[in-house]
Amino acid sequence: MNHAPDPAPHPVAKAGHASGQQHPIGVYLKVWGYLFVLSTLSYLVDYFEVEGLARWLLILVFMLLKAGLIVAIFMHMAWERMALVYAILVPPLALGTLIFLMWIEADYTFWTRILFFGENG
Amino acid sequence: MSTVMRTGVEEPDGPPPALRDFADDWAGDQETFRHVHWGKAMMWIFLLSDTFIFSSFLVSYMTMRSSVVAPWPNASEVFALTIAGQSIPLILIAIMTFVLISSSGTMAMAVNMGYRRNRKATAALMFATAALGACFVGMQAFEWTKLIHEGVRPWANPWGAEQFGASFFMITGFHGLHVSVGVIMLLTVASKVLRGHYDRSGDYSAVEIAGLYWHFVDLVWVFIFAFFYLW
Repeated sequence: MNHAPDPAPHPVAKAGHASGQQHPIGVYLKVWGYLFVLSTLSYLVDYFEVEGLARWLLILVFMLLKAGLIVAIFMHMAWERMALVYAILVPPLALGTLIFLMWIEADYTFWTRILFFGENG
Repeated sequence: MSTVMRTGVEEPDGPPPALRDFADDWAGDQETFRHVHWGKAMMWIFLLSDTFIFSSFLVSYMTMRSSVVAPWPNASEVFALTIAGQSIPLILIAIMTFVLISSSGTMAMAVNMGYRRNRKATAALMFATAALGACFVGMQAFEWTKLIHEGVRPWANPWGAEQFGASFFMITGFHGLHVSVGVIMLLTVASKVLRGHYDRSGDYSAVEIAGLYWHFVDLVWVFIFAFFYLW
C-alpha cells in the first residue's frame, strides 16, 4: 500500500467546522437565472414555430447547456475529485453507442414498413 | 529478489486467504473516492444507474418515433391550454419546467445553508422545494387527466401514431414517480434538519445527498422537455 500522505483530515470528520461544498450563494442565484433564461429560450423555439435543422440545433444546444449547468454547479460536479467525476461521467458514453445502434435499426424498420405496408395497405 | 511475505498471522479459523485478499482489494475502494462522503458516492452511483433506466426509455421512444409510419401527434397542440379564450401552445409544460427549475434553485441554496449550519433556513428552503415539487406533480396529474379525457390511451389516441400514448405515460409517469419519491425524501430530511438531528451529528451531508437526487430529477426533466415536448 503506497498512499500519499493526506494533507487534510477527512472533511466529514471535522465536526463543528464548516465542511463540504462551500460556495458563495451568488453562484447559485446566477445559475438559477441562466436556467430560467435558457428554458424561456427553448420555449420560444416552440412558440415561434422554428422548424427544421434550426429547431433541432437550438433545442439540443439549450438542453445541453441546461444539463451542464445543473450537473456542474447545482450537483457540484465542477468541484468534485477526478476519481468521482470520471466514475460518473464516463459510463454514460456507452449510451451513445446504444442511441446509434437503435437509430440505424429504426431507420431499417421504417423503410421495411414503407415497403411492406406502403403500396398494398 | 525479495519475496512478498504475508505480514498478518494466519488465523486457523478465519476466512481463506484468497477470500480475504478479495475483500481487502475491494475494501480499497473507499480510497478511490477519497474525501467524498460515502453516502454521496453511493447516491451518485444510484443516479448513474437511474440515468441508464431513463435513457432506455428515451432511446426506445426515439426508436418508436423514427420508425412509425403514421404521423406523430404535434406536442405543441396536444399540450396547449386555452387561457382567457386564447390557445397558448405548450404553456402548462413551460410552467412545469419553471416550477421544477425554481425548486432546484431553492434546493441548491438549502444545501449551501446546511453547510453554513443555518438550521432554520435549510429546513425552510427544503420545505419550499418539496412544495414546488408537489405543485409539479399536481400539474402533471392535471395534464394526465386532461389527456385521458381527450382519449389518449397507451394503445391509441385521436391524433396519430399509437405509440405516442405509450411513450407519454411511461416516460412522464416514471419521472412523476421520481418527483413524488423526492418530495417524500425532502420532507423526511427537512423535518430531521428542523429537529436538529444534523446539528447533533455535526454532519449536514444528508441535505446535499437529498439535493443530488432532487437536481437529478430536474436534470431528467430537461431531457424529457427537449425530446418529448419540443422535438
